Amino acid sequence: MDQFTVHLGTALPLRRSNVDTDQIIPARFVPYFSPTGHGNGLFGDWRDDPSFTTNLPQYQGATILVAGSEFATGSSRESAVWALQKSGFRAVIAVSFGDIFRENALMRGLLPVVLPADAVELLWELTEADPTTPVTVDLELRQVRFADRTEEFQVNEGARERLLRGADTIGDTLRHEAEISAYERRRRPLLPTTRRRAA
Amino acid sequence: MGSTLAQKVWADHTVRGGEAGGDDLLYVDLHLLHEVNTPAAFDGLRAAGRAVRRPELTVGTEDHNVPTTSPLDGFDDPAGRRQAAQLRDNCDAFGIPVHRRGDKGHGIVHVIGPEQGLVRPGMTVVCCDSHTTTLGGLGAVAFGIGTSQVEHVLATQTLWTRRPRDMAVTVTGTLPADATAKDLVMALIAVIGTGGGQGHIIEYRGPAVEALSLEGRMTLCNMSVEAGSKAGLVAPDETTFAYLRTRPGMPQGADWDAEVAYWTSLRTDPDARFDKEVALDAATVRPYVSWGTNPAQSLPLDGRVPNPADFAGATERAAAERALAYMDLKPGRRLTDIGIDTVFVGSCTNGRIEDLRAAAEVLRGRQVADGVHMLVVPGSAAVHRQAVEEGLDRVFTGAGADFRPIAGCSMCCGLNEDRLRPGQRAVSTSNRNFEGRQGKGSRTHIASPAVAAASAVTGRITAPTDL
Repeated sequence: MDQFTVHLGTALPLRRSNVDTDQIIPARFVPYFSPTGHGNGLFGDWRDDPSFTTNLPQYQGATILVAGSEFATGSSRESAVWALQKSGFRAVIAVSFGDIFRENALMRGLLPVVLPADAVELLWELTEADPTTPVTVDLELRQVRFADRTEEFQVNEGARERLLRGADTIGDTLRHEAEISAYERRRRPLLPTTRRRAA
Repeated sequence: MGSTLAQKVWADHTVRGGEAGGDDLLYVDLHLLHEVNTPAAFDGLRAAGRAVRRPELTVGTEDHNVPTTSPLDGFDDPAGRRQAAQLRDNCDAFGIPVHRRGDKGHGIVHVIGPEQGLVRPGMTVVCCDSHTTTLGGLGAVAFGIGTSQVEHVLATQTLWTRRPRDMAVTVTGTLPADATAKDLVMALIAVIGTGGGQGHIIEYRGPAVEALSLEGRMTLCNMSVEAGSKAGLVAPDETTFAYLRTRPGMPQGADWDAEVAYWTSLRTDPDARFDKEVALDAATVRPYVSWGTNPAQSLPLDGRVPNPADFAGATERAAAERALAYMDLKPGRRLTDIGIDTVFVGSCTNGRIEDLRAAAEVLRGRQVADGVHMLVVPGSAAVHRQAVEEGLDRVFTGAGADFRPIAGCSMCCGLNEDRLRPGQRAVSTSNRNFEGRQGKGSRTHIASPAVAAASAVTGRITAPTDL
């Protein structure tokens, strides 16, 4: 995952709610993109509209996306996270997130930040008025700072610790191998396996 | 204080619990794979030189991208073809069984798991697909994960995740004869919203839930994710055991009795506390259809397109306006006056045999209207075989519908060649009416199989009772 400590950038206001992952990257784009290859398919249909926010020159270079409620609900496609990261975004601030997207983002090092609706509204107003408004997302202190505001946010402590290190999560988990093996020895008998059913 | 069913299953699978910050390390009993969201997970394993820990608790199937017209190639999309090949190669390389088009065990990932007896009460199941919640219909805790988590589960058979909160949805009374599990869950989401279950596992309870078939329970749990919930769950009971009894690979004799005894113990304690509770009277549920671009934007069929001005709050109003513009609908129009050109029956929501029976029942002795393309895609090869055995294939083709020989997701997500063209309008038995879900510019009205079939007959949104 990408390490995340403190990020200072500018924000792109996406004044919409219920932006599902089919909008972030439409399904037909998904098979074409990997986390590391070129291209990303971000807002593949919406970006056809020249007036869509991501197309506006004043928001080129923005690294923090600010959306309304229910951001990235729907499909589990992690390519929604990859598309945002490959477009330069380091964090997404929203009133609420789809659960799977939030977990995917934390696994990859794109920081999902939940802020109250009034803070999001203020961020929208400020960044619409002045797209160069500096916004700081501080994972160490769990704060978002902009203008004269400081907003605290909550983040799962385990995920925070891994993000601050840019951890290899699988490597970390494999350090608990003995516990996993012990669990496997006490699993209930008679549970199904898939192998004998291979056609 | 007692525990909920979800808490019990979670606790049974916690390898390492509640350390700093509340993530549990959860053991995964069954890991399902499909071709779209997995290639990068295997790339990651290879790059790190890691093995798959438990290939015998893992199974793959090609469902999202595959053409459903024939077991032969037929891919329009080279990237789709590449992903299907990658799944086969990756599974072969890591010793994971995989179902290919044309295999007798092939089908949509959430349909074949239960059919093959791989999903049982009290298990934990994950898959790179949000509709993994379907499997909660059997009393398993089942939820969707992303590609990085897939890689983590492949390597460790575990997952770090926070224990969800508990939500009860209690459905009293009896569903009217013309209302289905699909209508019930659409009615629920219309009430609680797309975020109503967020962070929770929903346990569906009450007599109307107990009266549902296993297929109906899977439809109910399938759309739990459309309410934002982590998972949906129905406690196992005699209906569950009767379904499992006929599945392959089930324990026999004393082992079966022992399993039933264990499954019977999987119930929420009477003194358990839920974090959130919702009650619904099944008798009030009518056939539903969506009018907007998220599943909460739905109404009973006898309703009218709502007026955005009637929505409380600027955000909701803007969302409704945007949805109506996209759907090309005017406030006040009767939903049953909306003309359609395409009908899709299928998907992990409504692609099981019961769903095909319901659609065929409406079509029997009738014809699909001129200018309407009705597509029927079985959820699995087994569903297809059963449909043919019951003569449903002849009902569909006799009525002028396009009954497909191969299972797959098809028009639900528009990843194979079955896509709507811009401006086309479908009644679809799938789960999402998002913008562009069934193809760029597509307009989707989600509904039950019976409503879909009735709409195919008239060429407009129609209740079966109005035929």
